[in-house]
Amino acid sequence: MATKQIIRMTVNGEDVELLVEARESLLEVLREKLELTGAKEGCNNGNCGACSVIFDGRLVNSCLVLAVEADGKTITTVEGIARPDRLHPAQRAFLEEAALQCGVCTPGFIVASKALLDQNPNPTEEEIRRFLAGNLCRCTGYHKIVLAVQKAAAMMQEGV
Amino acid sequence: MAEEKKQFRVIGTRPIRHDGTDKVTGYARYGADIHLSGMLYGKVLRSPHAHAVIKRIDTSKAEALPGVMAVITGRDLPEVADRLEELGEQVTNIRDESHNVLATGKVLYHGHAVAAVAAVSPHVAEEALKLIEVEYEVLEPVLDVLEAMKPDAPLLNPNLRTRGIGEEDGKPSNIAQHFQNKHGDVEKGFAEADYVVEREFRTTMVHQGYIEPQNATAYVRPDGSVTIWCSTQGAFAVRSQVAQLCKIPVSKIKVVPMEIGGGFGGKTVVYLEPLAVLLSKKTGRPVKMWMNRAEVLQATGPTSGSVIRVKMGCKKDGTLTAAQATLIYEAGAFPGSPVGAGAGVIFAPYRLPNVQIDGYDVLVNKPKTGAYRAPGGTNAAFAAESVVDELARLCGMDPLEFRLKNGVKEGDRRADGPRLPRVGYLETVRAAMESDHYKTPLEPSPDPTKRRGRGVASGFWFNGGGPSSVLVKVNEDGTVDLIEGSTDIGGTRASCAMIVAEVLGLPAEDVHPHVVDTDSIGYTSVTGGSSVTHKTGWASYLAAQEVREEVIRRAALLWSVEPAEVEYHDDGTLTCKSDPSKKTTFKEIAAQMNRTGGPIEGKGTINAGGAGPGFGTHIVDVEVDIETGKVDILRYTAVQDVGRAIHPAYVEGQIEGGVAQGAGWALTEEYYYDEKGHLLNSSLLDYRMPTALDLPLIETILVEVPNPNHPLGVRGVGETPIVPPAGAIANAIYDAVGIRLTRLPMKPSYVLEELIKAGLTS
Repeated sequence: MATKQIIRMTVNGEDVELLVEARESLLEVLREKLELTGAKEGCNNGNCGACSVIFDGRLVNSCLVLAVEADGKTITTVEGIARPDRLHPAQRAFLEEAALQCGVCTPGFIVASKALLDQNPNPTEEEIRRFLAGNLCRCTGYHKIVLAVQKAAAMMQEGV
Repeated sequence: MAEEKKQFRVIGTRPIRHDGTDKVTGYARYGADIHLSGMLYGKVLRSPHAHAVIKRIDTSKAEALPGVMAVITGRDLPEVADRLEELGEQVTNIRDESHNVLATGKVLYHGHAVAAVAAVSPHVAEEALKLIEVEYEVLEPVLDVLEAMKPDAPLLNPNLRTRGIGEEDGKPSNIAQHFQNKHGDVEKGFAEADYVVEREFRTTMVHQGYIEPQNATAYVRPDGSVTIWCSTQGAFAVRSQVAQLCKIPVSKIKVVPMEIGGGFGGKTVVYLEPLAVLLSKKTGRPVKMWMNRAEVLQATGPTSGSVIRVKMGCKKDGTLTAAQATLIYEAGAFPGSPVGAGAGVIFAPYRLPNVQIDGYDVLVNKPKTGAYRAPGGTNAAFAAESVVDELARLCGMDPLEFRLKNGVKEGDRRADGPRLPRVGYLETVRAAMESDHYKTPLEPSPDPTKRRGRGVASGFWFNGGGPSSVLVKVNEDGTVDLIEGSTDIGGTRASCAMIVAEVLGLPAEDVHPHVVDTDSIGYTSVTGGSSVTHKTGWASYLAAQEVREEVIRRAALLWSVEPAEVEYHDDGTLTCKSDPSKKTTFKEIAAQMNRTGGPIEGKGTINAGGAGPGFGTHIVDVEVDIETGKVDILRYTAVQDVGRAIHPAYVEGQIEGGVAQGAGWALTEEYYYDEKGHLLNSSLLDYRMPTALDLPLIETILVEVPNPNHPLGVRGVGETPIVPPAGAIANAIYDAVGIRLTRLPMKPSYVLEELIKAGLTS
């Protein structure tokens, strides 16, 4: 049997404690143990960004983090971004700008867009493209995603 | 039969898609998101060789590993019939598919499945794979179509004989098929030409690149009934394939199509579903499987690499006199490349008095090709559009003027036979000429190491239809549910719901679309061939009409008048012709339906023909870095005849996405094999798809020439936009540096090599 270890982390504001194998990734534990399946496995080696989560304030690919490394950390997944009564501006803007098609990369883009807007409330097109270059989308050609992030930034500035 | 009515209330607006909230919050359920009681995890052992005989497989050590519940090999699949199954834009041979799902006897490509394991965790399953012993006798692979066509080439299938046009010699061959489309006399046509250009083009295999890997979960109950949850473009196609591959009656199989994370043609053929079924049957527990990215690239259905020779001739005034092409496409390990479609696309925009096209479908030791967005079209158009550009230059004509002069319209005959119905090709060329992009001169780069150029290209796609089923049921609060069988990849729930809303005079958000399983709706063919808004939109229109008629009858009943006295208005209100004081609404009728005769439902079933062909014309500005060979896209405009844009934002989205895939195909994407047939770039780091940084904003111009054969004028829109980009970018590169590139991808190393040859850099 593989080595196991108890980890404690805060996921979307909730303290969780669970037994994980040393070889399990954070993505795998989120999806298969905590059943938070919003983060997707697109490549499992850090190239597509579909598994993006915010890890102690940093945007990471959860497939490249071992679950044991998350011990004591604070994680925000896509499920933790909306308020109970209200979508995050990035989520609203993606809907309004039709910035999604199949939607499988969307959780990663929402998480990455939130991370961008938290640190840069008014990004240029170039800054948006550079920040989101780690997230692959195969459906949209990124056009409407860029517009949606610009719109989300404007919404946040206006406090709507 | 398209409605002449110009004013729509809902069609042409941009409501928020119905499935959107779940997709931005992470709650949408894709195939791999499923969890079932007692679920096991399945993994596949794949061939490390491109061509080998399987001498022996020993699974005993794997079976003995704690946590392993079952191991299967090709012997566990039943012998199946040698028959063809239609899957939208491709046809699959069930026997070949069985051999593709799990190899028997021989492995035919790097990544070919040879065994599968079910275990208590994915890690235990992976450990078990390492314990399966397979003894191979490695054979010489054949990786290039021209090599594979030689009489002494290694044979993939010693029983395969060419289906030809009279040249068959009965000897085994890797050439599965040779066909010819011809009319007029090309020799005569070339003799009449003032300019003739002939070139050979080469392209490599490329992948659809959907972000969600293939996945399947199956549960076989003790009574033999089967449920499959999977990511597919066609739940009924999965049901039919699994039924034949596993020899289970279709009525015992329920396929639940989960949200699909991209398909682009690649998710019509089954890979994992039969394995999950066999493993579940053996263990009595649900089995979930998903591919990793290397498996997706190595062993699903990319589209063909190709060798394409094109010869075209025209008079000094630009009139085309003849065109000839030979298209040689990689089929992969089993017959069935999209060469037929490539032959239909290659000269489609042009009126040609004399044309001859030869197509060859050739086996090589690479994965069996599958459909990829306008299958076979992009590489074909890359070749022809490059030659057209060269002819226009020889004539000293603007390339769009050249296309306007030779472009097809209604009644012109395609090279592959049919006459065109009403199409909007010339309209796209004119709109391109009138675009801000084309009218704005391209400024030279301020950087002396960079050269800029502009290119244009056109493209065509047939578009498809097929069988589809829809139910519309009325809720007592005055909303309706739209039940459909078409899996939604790009926003078709929204477009079909909008059609229902238009017919019933409701807001789009009052129609709730649901994609349901194979037990819950009638047969629906795959989401492929840009067919869904055409066929399922049509079925939705019919179902909504049925509801509308019933609502009229209910109003007539309430008013004690004949239904002919009732007028149903576009805003969902109803009035009585003979008594203006009588007024009601759809909502009021809905609230009373159970007291006026019971539930109201409408159904629409159709085998939709009459798909309207799609044409597009693209303009691109590029900048070539002459020191590195890197090509950047500065500006891109795509013009397309979209028939009728039901939800314009998702029509634009289809075009933007098609352009992005086409740009990737043009510039960076390729299957890179070593000489032994190992795929060397099976990750998304090395298989280089465009990122947000690689593309500019993509301008779209929607030209609406309604399809006269659809009640709402709909044309398919999803595939046409991937056809022109490679040709347009190649033409722009020529404009920038004066070099005619003939290979895809036009990656920096290739461009640099050509720049050095041309003496533009050292």
